[in-house]
Amino acid sequence: MTTLTERPTTIAADDPRLKDSSATRSYAVLGVLVAVLAVLPFLLDDQTETVAVRTLIFAIMAVGWNLMSGYGGMFSFGHAAFFGIGAYTDAYLLVQHGVSPWIAMVVGALISAAAGTLIAFLCLRYKLAGPYFALATFAFAQVFLLAVQNIDALNRTEGFNVPILSEDSWTMMQWKAGSPLYFWIPLGILALGLLGTIWFVHSRTGQYAQAVRDDETAAASLGINVMRVRLVTVAASCALTSVAGSFYTQYYFFVGPEQGFGSAVSVNAIVPAVIGGIGTIWGPLVGALIVGPLSEWIADVLREPPGFLSFLEGLSGLDVAVYAALLILIVLFMPKGIYGTLRDRFRS
Amino acid sequence: MTLLQVDQLTKSFSGLRAVSDVDVTVTDGEFLGIIGPNGAGKTTLFSLLAGQLPPTSGRVVFDGQDITGWPADKVAGAGLVRTFQLMRPFESMSVLENVAVAAHHRHRSRRAARRHALEVIERVRLAEYVHAPSGSLPTAGLKRLELARALALEPRLLLLDEVLAGLVPAERAPIIELLREIHADGVTVMFVEHIMAAVMALSERLLVMAEGQELALGDPQEVIRDPRVVEAYLGEDYA
Ligand SMILES: Nc1ncnc2c1ncn2[C@@H]1O[C@H](COP(=O)(O)OP(=O)(O)OP(=O)(O)O)[C@@H](O)[C@H]1O
Ligand SMILES: [Mg+2]
Repeated sequence: MTTLTERPTTIAADDPRLKDSSATRSYAVLGVLVAVLAVLPFLLDDQTETVAVRTLIFAIMAVGWNLMSGYGGMFSFGHAAFFGIGAYTDAYLLVQHGVSPWIAMVVGALISAAAGTLIAFLCLRYKLAGPYFALATFAFAQVFLLAVQNIDALNRTEGFNVPILSEDSWTMMQWKAGSPLYFWIPLGILALGLLGTIWFVHSRTGQYAQAVRDDETAAASLGINVMRVRLVTVAASCALTSVAGSFYTQYYFFVGPEQGFGSAVSVNAIVPAVIGGIGTIWGPLVGALIVGPLSEWIADVLREPPGFLSFLEGLSGLDVAVYAALLILIVLFMPKGIYGTLRDRFRS
Repeated sequence: MTLLQVDQLTKSFSGLRAVSDVDVTVTDGEFLGIIGPNGAGKTTLFSLLAGQLPPTSGRVVFDGQDITGWPADKVAGAGLVRTFQLMRPFESMSVLENVAVAAHHRHRSRRAARRHALEVIERVRLAEYVHAPSGSLPTAGLKRLELARALALEPRLLLLDEVLAGLVPAERAPIIELLREIHADGVTVMFVEHIMAAVMALSERLLVMAEGQELALGDPQEVIRDPRVVEAYLGEDYA
């Protein structure tokens, strides 16, 4: 039987219509961006650098969240589960077994990928989609939170303190306070996360993931194994968010159940991505650059409110209120997020 | 050689028998036209064959394998590919990307998939839209996109569900020519269509469905003279 393959192709290998410069362009932008950001530790004072590091942690989480929820179309409201696994794997292995955080990061990422795959499999197996899927992921994260609070080996509600060393140590990922390495490491992780995102989006599996997101039935009819593609996307997403959690523990020398698995953590992964633009490469980063400083500013206001806001002193939860307001504004006026909207405007 | 064998295939939707005890055998290389009034069960039959719907009862054997109840992706992988009457583009993607997703089935590399996709796009005469967002295509364009994606999989058996609908006559001719060419390349085709001129020009055999059942099956010229077919579908004028 003759098939279409045996027909000599009529398209030249260098047909200009085949050119896709978008990946190359994204890699170039990433290179420039990382180079520019890398000098920040020399310019920022210690206080501002703390904000910058927090922003990077937000960005890594959001880039991870975006893989599954933005490109995969599976809205996770439970990414705290994977941030927490990363944070706790690091703390537990380091404190109890003296394992290097570099190794713990990888172990945590693998556990998160496995946990995320299992959770997603169960949700998808029982055909949970849209808000039901989101609620199910939220429920799983809450279960993890409760579990951690009740497991002796994980110090229940007390969490873990990372012992502070007297000398710098690459193996233990510790340097004197204010060392630029505390900025460069999350920057490196973010760069790898974005690099992976760009590669993924242009890969066969990434194209499949977006096809499945757009129309699952059509994707399956073209021979795509919908479940497999979804689970691969979820695994990558959870692994990256987990690494952010591991670094969190190393940076703050502490993790407790709420810092790891609290629902506020899930919100922190969602908000930058939605504000910046879900399903875009740069959206989560753009969003984090807004949310990171904003969260610091809110914390300042609550600590020492200016006169007319004195009633806010000592209140907590203002950040969540501000995020909620921001989200509503974005969803109403810029459903594609700030980056997504600007990009579309410049294209047309 | 028999490529597809359908035995007593039935689909009930809470009482309504959309497809009822259909028996068809399709020979390798054949072009089988399928006609029937609206709601006859033509699209449902395709969904049963291609795995979008599980049959209530009956059996489907494709290329010697019992594929009854297989998931859609596995059926497509085996070489049985359908298009959708209600078009289902991947709306966030351009036309080229849409077809490349399908071409990836045979081509792992991005370059090769895009190249093959572009070739198919030219064949279905969508070249002017190659980089257009698929959501922005007019109906005629979306129909051709459906056809292009299916062709990019290089199927053995192609189920076409009203790919000519919405095309003005001038747009139909090249697609009919293309279908003839695809058929000549050895692809077996099942062709659901309301446009009788195209059905008669292409079909080697004709299946008429009505109310889920097989009303007539055989030589197109004979089938369209069958009084029951005239009554159920064509109306006196055509005969
Ligand atoms: N998912 C479904 N649930 C319930 N009933 C359905 C479903 N799909 C189809 N039907 C019914 O089954 C019958 C056959 O529909 P089908 O779409 O297969 O007809 P068709 O021959 O393709 O018609 P047309 O020429 O209009 O495309 C119709 O009565 C339709 O309403
Ligand atoms: Mg139909």
